[in-house]
Amino acid sequence: MIDNHKTFVSLAILNRNFDEVKAGLSAAEAMDESNRCLYCYDAPCIQACPTGINIPSFIKKIASGNLKGSATTIMEENPVGASCARVCPTEELCEGACVLNHSTKPIMIGDLQRYATDWAIKNEQILFKAGEKNGMSVGIIGGGPAGLSAARELARLGYDVTIYEAKAKAGGLNTYGIVSFRLPQKVAQWEVDQVEKLGVQIKTNITVGRDISVNEILETYDSVVLAVGMSKGAMLQIEGEELKGVHDAIQFVEDSKTKELTDALVGKRVVVIGAGNTAIDAATCSVRLGAENVKILYRRSQKEMTAYEFEYEFAKQDNVEFRWLTAPTRLIGDSNGQLKQLECIKMELGEPGIDGRRRPIPVEGSEFIIEVDAVIKAIGQTRYLDLIDAFGIEQHKGSVKINLETYQTSNPKVYAIGDVIFGDGQGEAMVVSAAQHGKKAAYSIHQRLKNTKSETA
Amino acid sequence: MADLRVNLAGIESPNPFWLASAPPTNSGYQVQRAFEAGWGGAVWKTLGEPIINTSSRFAAVNFGGKRVAGFNNIELITDRPIEVNLKEIYETKKRFPNHAIVASLMVEPSREKWHEIVKRVEDVGVDGLELNFGCPHGMAERGMGAASGQQPDLVESQTMWVKEVAKTPVIVKLTPNITDITMTAKAAARGGADAISMINTINSLAGVDLDTWNTIPHVAGKGAHGGYCGPAVKPIALNMVAECARNASINVPISGIGGISNWRDAVEYMLMGSTNVQVCTAAMHHGFSIVEDMIDGLNNYLDEKKILSVTELIGKSVEKYSDWGNLDLNYRVVAKINTDVCINCNKCHIACEDTAHQCIDMLTDLKGNRYLKVREVDCVGCNLCAIVCPEEGAISMIELPREKITMSWNERQHALANLKS
Repeated sequence: MIDNHKTFVSLAILNRNFDEVKAGLSAAEAMDESNRCLYCYDAPCIQACPTGINIPSFIKKIASGNLKGSATTIMEENPVGASCARVCPTEELCEGACVLNHSTKPIMIGDLQRYATDWAIKNEQILFKAGEKNGMSVGIIGGGPAGLSAARELARLGYDVTIYEAKAKAGGLNTYGIVSFRLPQKVAQWEVDQVEKLGVQIKTNITVGRDISVNEILETYDSVVLAVGMSKGAMLQIEGEELKGVHDAIQFVEDSKTKELTDALVGKRVVVIGAGNTAIDAATCSVRLGAENVKILYRRSQKEMTAYEFEYEFAKQDNVEFRWLTAPTRLIGDSNGQLKQLECIKMELGEPGIDGRRRPIPVEGSEFIIEVDAVIKAIGQTRYLDLIDAFGIEQHKGSVKINLETYQTSNPKVYAIGDVIFGDGQGEAMVVSAAQHGKKAAYSIHQRLKNTKSETA
Repeated sequence: MADLRVNLAGIESPNPFWLASAPPTNSGYQVQRAFEAGWGGAVWKTLGEPIINTSSRFAAVNFGGKRVAGFNNIELITDRPIEVNLKEIYETKKRFPNHAIVASLMVEPSREKWHEIVKRVEDVGVDGLELNFGCPHGMAERGMGAASGQQPDLVESQTMWVKEVAKTPVIVKLTPNITDITMTAKAAARGGADAISMINTINSLAGVDLDTWNTIPHVAGKGAHGGYCGPAVKPIALNMVAECARNASINVPISGIGGISNWRDAVEYMLMGSTNVQVCTAAMHHGFSIVEDMIDGLNNYLDEKKILSVTELIGKSVEKYSDWGNLDLNYRVVAKINTDVCINCNKCHIACEDTAHQCIDMLTDLKGNRYLKVREVDCVGCNLCAIVCPEEGAISMIELPREKITMSWNERQHALANLKS
């Protein structure tokens, strides 16, 4: 229950609003649910998991009381399996594939995965060991889900692995980009710890291209993995974006996870632009910060919305209002440079564009004004174009071109994984996909380097 | 409303559901609560020389997250003075004259002891006696219970001694801890038993604690075998009932006991030759009120089958139970998978592939949909696939048209012998 009563909102209440929304399963619930799993042969849930976790196996292990084994089975295939237990769109993946959809109701795979990994976190388990050193090294740029996943697998294969992370902590999106009440930072940090304990060196607060040159990286390591994800939020490209009260959703969510919460939004009217998962996060975050009214504006209709269904439901439960077919045209401030109003225009859907989605077209003369105190932009992220260029690898609109089998870029020594390859028909922007990229890139690197070594030996 | 009244060797009760001699029938308070809840009869917790019980007595076996699939106890007979029990039996009988109260008895295998106790309990108005020759733990170490129940001659002589003085019907309760229960059942019949009841509990050790390595249960770090009962023992008990029911030299009525949890179990026992049933674990797990559905479910079943009296069920399946040598070797069933109902868990495939006859194929149709199919020529009709299938109606065992005449192993051996001679 969100407590944002206008007349009295203490910071303690705001902080409580950011506690994880969903309670984990109790031992009894986990036992009941794990025993309900049929333990299918050639189970469709495994096929549906982008990382191919042996789901019936980890569930059986919960039922038998082998929680360490269960967590290991999960983390074996997915180095960020604890985070994914919370953020995966399970109804579209494993749970959507569960055969019990055809008879009773699907197994709560995500919740069971959380149960097993929560046990491992609570009991401070170290689930994997580094491999015997093979004398070769890999540099990974970006310590998000993709980078961590590649790092862990490479460390297990005996590589000396160094991660360069621009932020103060590794974990990427899981640490900074997903609201605390869905994914607490400690979960992502446990996953980071697991990787560090394999001897992976994580150099934080180092921005490649600024603090260390790309050339140095290329010269230092036998192979390089580019896992930088995406950059800042995109601009609306409308008048008034510099006004006080205009925020970038990525930064907004990050602040809520890294800074003391403030009562700045208590009783305020907030408009979020965009209808992806980050927009939902920004909106529900605003509600929890005490905003009186939160609207999501989207220039297309509900059908084209990119947020997962469960995210949409979550926002609706938080009383977030959705204004479909509405686009911002102008941000209007007062004399102090404080945002006061948002001018919008009604849209209608025209012919499908290249991405197959119907293009929104402004309805002439339909402009109207919404009174606002804050606007949060969540219309997508920009790319690290300069860094990609510094590597001199092929890209299209900031999406790095790769061999879909090996994740190798146009520079055979450089591999690219995670959101940096997303878009332009490549990949899925899911944490779980990033984890799988990392594994596969690690195996490709090993395949290649193992051979070069045996040739020179 | 069908007639649920039964009469076991002269002991009448308003329905076939009795509480077995066990903790639920330890006192007048409990038995009266049970009768109020609807139980038709109760076999009082075994009377004898008072004993001392241990603290920590029961343990259960859970399975697949379900509690009490099996139940184990090391409790002995009543630990209350016989006078107190007799007074409460008297009071209970007075309050519930139409309900069956049977006194379970256990004394040393001596004629005098048996004569004495029989007279004492009959004086307070019990409807019958049940001789406890089955209790497998504790008392058996003192030569009573199962120890005497495992020796047919002792069963016979003790039954005889009781019959010398008993005025009410005598039920002999048999132990399953014996190779062939019909041996002791016959001995009871020879001794003059009016009925037999089975089974008492099976020797058991419920488990071992993985952390302390103590037995479960343990008494100050030590364990001893107990008696096993509950749903898990039902097939063992049902077979014993059926073996006795089909044995021509055991022509006394049977009171069925062992894992009866609901009316369905009761119907099975009655079809296999029980005149009534006795229940303990289910009541211990859920309380006396479970008898309500037992009565209601049985009644609805009988109505649906247009059976006027529950007694019409007794023994109806006994003739269908025989020796393996009489089974038709030319009868064939094969598994058939209904792909409309199948949810594609592939459990049948892997069960058949790994542990049976490798005859269920995982296939993909032209549209790319996966489905399972039985290669009938290789199917031996073992039922394993239908057993592991979680989806009702997805796998049926289909009877194949008969290709050869009925031929059992015994008939075959007989025919072969005739050919040779």
